[in-house]
This record gives sequence, structure tokens and C-alpha cells, in this order.
Amino acid sequence: MLSEKYILEKSLDQITQIARDFGLDFFNMHFEICPADILYTFGAYGMPARFSHWSFGKAYHKMKTQYDYNLNRLYEMVINSDPCYAFLLEGNSIVQNKMVMAHVLAHCDFFKNNIHFQNTNRKMIESMSVSAQRIRDYEFSYGKDRVESFLDSVICLQEHIDFYSHIGKEKSSMLKSDPVSSTNKVKKAEAPYNDLWQMGEKEQKTGSGEEEKNQESPENTEKDVLCFIMEYGRDLENWQRDIISIIREEMFYFWPQMQTKIMNEGWATYWHSRIMRELDLDEDESLEFAKLHASVIQHSKTTINPYHLGLKLLEDIENRWDEPSEEEKVKYGRAGSEGRDKIFEVRELDNDVSFLRNYLSKNFIEQEDLYLYRKIGQEWKVVEKNWQNIRDGLVANIINGGFPYIIVEDGDFEKRGELYLKHVFEGNELDIYYLERTLPHVYKLWGRPAHLETVLDNKRVLFSYNGDKVSKKFC
Amino acid sequence: MPGNYIITREDWSLHRKGEIDRQRHQEKVKEAVKKNLAEIVSEESIILSDGHKIIKIPVRSLEEPHFQFDHGKKQHAGQGEGDSSVGDVLGKDYKKQAAKGPGKGAGDEPGIDYYEAEITIDELAQMIFEDLGLPNLEPKKKPELSSESVEFKDIRKMGIQGNIDRKRTILENIKRRALDGKKGVSNIKREDLRYKAWEPTYKYESSAVVLAMMDTSGSMGPFEKYIARSFFFWMVRFLRTKYQNVKINFLSHHVIASETTEEEFFTVGASGGTRCSSVYELALKVIQKRYNPEDYNIYAFHFSDGDNLSSDNEKCVRLVQDLLKYCNLVGYGEIEGPYYFASTLKSAFRKIEDSNFITVSIKDKSGVYPALKKFFSPVPEKINV
Repeated sequence: MLSEKYILEKSLDQITQIARDFGLDFFNMHFEICPADILYTFGAYGMPARFSHWSFGKAYHKMKTQYDYNLNRLYEMVINSDPCYAFLLEGNSIVQNKMVMAHVLAHCDFFKNNIHFQNTNRKMIESMSVSAQRIRDYEFSYGKDRVESFLDSVICLQEHIDFYSHIGKEKSSMLKSDPVSSTNKVKKAEAPYNDLWQMGEKEQKTGSGEEEKNQESPENTEKDVLCFIMEYGRDLENWQRDIISIIREEMFYFWPQMQTKIMNEGWATYWHSRIMRELDLDEDESLEFAKLHASVIQHSKTTINPYHLGLKLLEDIENRWDEPSEEEKVKYGRAGSEGRDKIFEVRELDNDVSFLRNYLSKNFIEQEDLYLYRKIGQEWKVVEKNWQNIRDGLVANIINGGFPYIIVEDGDFEKRGELYLKHVFEGNELDIYYLERTLPHVYKLWGRPAHLETVLDNKRVLFSYNGDKVSKKFC
Repeated sequence: MPGNYIITREDWSLHRKGEIDRQRHQEKVKEAVKKNLAEIVSEESIILSDGHKIIKIPVRSLEEPHFQFDHGKKQHAGQGEGDSSVGDVLGKDYKKQAAKGPGKGAGDEPGIDYYEAEITIDELAQMIFEDLGLPNLEPKKKPELSSESVEFKDIRKMGIQGNIDRKRTILENIKRRALDGKKGVSNIKREDLRYKAWEPTYKYESSAVVLAMMDTSGSMGPFEKYIARSFFFWMVRFLRTKYQNVKINFLSHHVIASETTEEEFFTVGASGGTRCSSVYELALKVIQKRYNPEDYNIYAFHFSDGDNLSSDNEKCVRLVQDLLKYCNLVGYGEIEGPYYFASTLKSAFRKIEDSNFITVSIKDKSGVYPALKKFFSPVPEKINV
């Protein structure tokens, strides 16, 4: 074992040196070699330390089973933290580990330098273990079942936060997630909660509810359904508000990762292949690496492989800035040989949405044979080959993390204190089956009937749950 | 410039977080399966399986619902080999014939992730049988077959040469010599010798017979037969947990009764009227000829839609009373199909007052489980040995 570690350290010396020479800029690294069940546990929880919930157990079971049957293999896991933690699978071959370490360094460079990560908590592992402990304490105080069922409900709504709420607002305190600030927040939550009562009085006096209310619930919290419930939910106890704030902060931490999946994987894949080229690999090692690399970037007829798309698009950008066409030279003033600089700029400024929207070109889409498909009758058919529509379709699928955009329209619907959510319809219908099962969770959190407005067959529909059953009416 | 990294390898053997939450999830799966036993008991995939395989049960209550887009109505992106064009078919989606009942067809679409609990039929049977028992058993007649055998269980210092336990003898020798500070094996003395000793054991074997009787008259359609089939499937399995040996005899009848094979029993349809007494007579005959009640625990169960010739009812009551003399349990299951009418037979049976006679009515698939429960409800057990 010692010799393996020695070999790893030797190659890591080399790899970090090469990476630095290429201009990668990463945090101090902490590599940990761990057995499969541990790596898969981290994979399922998304982090090495997180609160306990059966849904993670479910994910773990699924991933571990696939590993046991040799259906998939997680080689590594890297955490956005400073120092950066990376977990390597025990039993990786030397070549696998070399590639994985190169890959991980590029991820770390991305975490450190991409602007969308600038507000993420680099001490999240510690924060998460502290909040996990708090949730554990709540289990002791309020009962395991109660805490579990409350978590069930919050998790159902977890992606409805507003990641960009800090822009232009004094809201950035929300992004800091040390336990002190979140307990403060719980206290703060009391104030707006009281405001709501005063608001009701005001309304009675003035008699015009709608406008008043919009002032009371500031616009920037509307998209943040979790925050709205946390602050205005009438029947929530402090421990419940705290749990909402914990989950919300964890989502803030994960959000930029979800929004840069294609870029981040593309970047890491780009650099592991460049770094591996610089290493002295013998024939067998080269072959092993080539196979491994090929399996990572294998594309699929029915999904987009972020490793593949990210890598190819970065390479395409590099080429276009290295050898601009006459038109580009004249029109955009591109001098040529700026490819490397350009992709470093992209890694700093873009996320997947802007990456695809700004850089997908006609040539690229045709060369990569991208298309859009949908279900027609019982068949899944290719329906779109027009490059602009494909670009827009790709972007549409990842906007808002691929989640429906849902806002709080009214926290006192029909003056009964009911919650009125609205799905901002952008052409894709919601899954009714899941909608009808999610609304009851909203009800549970809000403590009063919950409504969701959406669009079905070009008609506006209002789904409502009153504590007993879901009803639907066209409006 | 090395030094800005460390490689470590901790001892993770006590890290059980994932495992603990996995167990919690499994617990929840079991709870969910248990809550749905009534639905699951009559699943085709179980009843028609060979009885050994792992079955998959969709567990809806363990979904993690979110507001999400309708996968089936959305455009997705994919990547071809360079020659794709509009209209290419990437895959087909044959919707499984969804089981009747409240369920959602769209759950069969790809990409929608609903949790399927994998469970062996044995595990499922265990859950089902948890609440079942054999009711009202008479102190059973002498176990019809008790075989005597011997088992070596004990070690003694005295015994027959042939039964020397060499390993233990040598161990004793080593121990004794070690006390004197010597190593190794030598000089085995009488006090080192150990012998294997046996004890006689008695194995009681008991057998049960199921007389499966079914009305195959015109009014018994595939649905009615399916219900009967699910019922017998679990009944036989259950009896197998209680008895070493379970035999099933299939007796079908319309106006006249005959003994059939299992396959014919569940598939062959007949037509014409119904005279239930015929099958009871046949059952009595079978018992008298083949199964001595002294030796066998006899379970007779009859399925019908209750549409019996009214002139026959009196005779049926009398014959069932006869059957009760020989059987541990006699059951009558009436399947209330879509054309339900007040049954004459079931009301005729009301006269019979015997705790070993049980009637159940089943309206649909989910009625099988309650029927099983009623049939095998462990009524406060009489003290029996």
C-alpha cells in the first residue's frame, strides 16, 4: 500500500507541475483514497458530511448496486472547498488515478476561478456537518418521524430558491452559511412573520390588498419559494425554519455546480487529456488511458453527455480563436492564436446557459450531429435539425437548472392566508402526476391550502390542495 | 513545486452513514409493501411466476415528488453518428398494459423514476403470513409419521472406540501436556480420549391435503378463475409453511363433478348449470378413498359465484356438514362478479354453525388478501399440543 501511495505522490508532483505550467490555478489539494462504499456514500449525499435522510439511502443503494454489478464506476469525487478535497476510489489503477488526479485539478481550478462559484461557501463540509448535527438534535427533541416527514416536504421544494437574489440587493448574507448566521435568520424570520399580522390590519383599513401585499413580500423573494415559506409560514416552529434554511443553503451551495455541469466536466476532460499527453506513458498505459478517455466522452443518442459536449465545444472555441476566419478578423478584430486565453476567459465568466447560447455555432452543431427529439405517439422521433432551434432547445432544457420556474404569486390568496404559486410557463407542461403529489407537501409546510397555477393545452389551470384532496380548475 | 497537496488513506471502516440511511429506506419500502399487501397479493406477476423469482413491486409512496416537466411532452437533445435527420426513430415506447385499478400509465415512460422494491416471493409470503394462523385446530391426531433418527450432539469421556473424536482427543492431549510445559502431541493417554455421543431425535412429519373445488359453469369467467387461482396460490404456500407435505387435488364441477389437472382446473371453461352438491360428493369420495383423516389435515375450499340450483341447496348444506367431520377447515368463497345477485347458496350456508366452516366473499383482486386473513385468522388459540 505504501508503494502505491509513493507512486501516486510521485506522479502527482509531476501532474501538478504540468497543470501549473498550463496555467491552471487550484486550491491546495487533499486526496483521500477510500473504499467503494464510502465513495458511493459521498456520491449519493453529494458531500462527505450531510444530514441523514432515507432518500440518500435510496440513492446510495442504487449507485452501490450498479457498482456491485459492474454497471457503473465512480472513479473520483471532488468537493468545491478550500483546501479542495478529492476522493479516489481504492483499487483504481495507476493510469486511472493519474487521469483522475489531472481531471480533479481542473475541476478545482474551475471551482476557484469561475465567477458563479465566487459566493459559495468554501468551508461547506464543516457547515454541513454542523447542520447535520443540529438536525440530529432536532430528532432527539421533536421525534425522528416528525423531523423525517418535515424533511420529506422541504426536499420536495428544495430547488425553488433564487440563486441570483443577491444581485443588486443586500442579500448576500444568505449565502454565508455558518451556523451563527442561520440561527440569526431564524430570529429574523420572526419579524416579517409579525409584519404579516400588521399587514392584515392595514388591509382591513385600506381595503386594497393586492398592491399592499406586494410591498410586504419583496419582489426578490418571490422566486425563492423556500425563503418565502420560511419567513412567512404561520405555523412553523423555529426548528422547522432552521431546517428550511439548512436545505436552502445547501441548495445555494450546489446550484452553481448544477449550472456549470457541461462546462465543468468539459474543462476537466479537456485538461486531463492535455496533461496526460505530457506524461511519459508506456504502450499499455497509453492504451488504457485511451480506452478510459473514450468511455468518458462517449456520446449518446438520447442524452447529452456533458463531458463530450463540454470538451468539444471548448476545443471548438479554442480553434475559432486560434484561427479566425477572414470575416471574424475584420468584424470582431480577432487577431488569431488567442484560443487558450479565450477558453480561460470562458471558464471564468460563463455558465452552461451562456456557454451554449454564446458559443454553439452552426458548424459545430452540424459537425456534432446534435438534434432535438420528442415523443410522437409511441415513438421517440428526431424533430429538429435546425441549428438555431437546437441551440435554443438545449439552452431551454438547462435554464433554471432544468427545473420549472415557480414563483410565489400571493401569500394570502383570497384573504385566507393560502399560498398561491405560479408556474411561469415557457412552453413545457408540468407533469401532473408529480404536481398532484408535490402540492400536499407545500400544504404541509405552509399549513394552509396551497395552489399552483400552470398551463395545460394552452389553458391556464389552477391546482389546489385543501388538506384533503387535489382539485383542478381552469381559470 | 510539490507540497501543496497531501494524499491520505484513513480508516473508513466505521463510517456507516450510507448504510444506515439505506436501512431506513429499506424499512420504508417494507412498510409500503405491507400497506399495499391487498393490492400486491393478487399481482399477476406473482401468481403466474414459478414461485422462486424476485418480483418487482412499484412503491409509489417512496417517490420524491417535485414540480417537474412532463418528460413525455418535452423536447430532449441527443447526438447522432453524423447522419441523423428529422423523422429518425430513436426508440419505441410500448406502454405496458397497466394493471387495472388506480395507477398512472405514464409511470411506464422512460426517465420517470419510480422506485421498484425488489422482493423475493418468500419475503413477501413472510409478510403476508405474519398475521395468518391455523385456526380452531383440534388437538391433532397422532402425527402420522414420526421418524426416529440419531444425531451426534455431545462429547463424552467414555464411549465406543468407533466414535472417537480425534480432533478433540488431540486437543486434550495438547492441553494436558501444555500444563506440564511441553509442546506438541505425543503419548496419548486414556484421560485424553474423547468420544462423540449421540442422541435420538424424532422428526414429526405431517401432511396436509387441499381439496380445491371450483365451479366451472358458464358464469365463471377468467376473472373469477383468476381470483380463485390467487387464493389457492397463497393458501397452498401458507399450508406449506405449516406442513412438510401438502397435496392439492383439483375438483371442478358444473352439474357433475370431476377431478382435473391443475392446468385444466384454471383454464378449461365449461358451460351449463351449476349443482354444487356434485363436487361435495366427489370430495367426500376422495377423502374416503385416499385421505384418512387420521393421517391428513384436510382443507377443503370451494369457489363459486353462488349461482346454484336452488333445489340443490339443501343437499349442499348436508354434505358440507359431512365434510366438516373430516376436514380441519371447510371454506366457501363466493366471487361477486360484475353481475352480482343475491346468492342462494351463501344464504343457505348460514345455517351451518361450525367454527371450522368459513365463508368469504370476494369482489375484486384486492379482496383476496382479506379473504385469506379471514380464512386463516388465528382465533384465540385453543390450548392444543
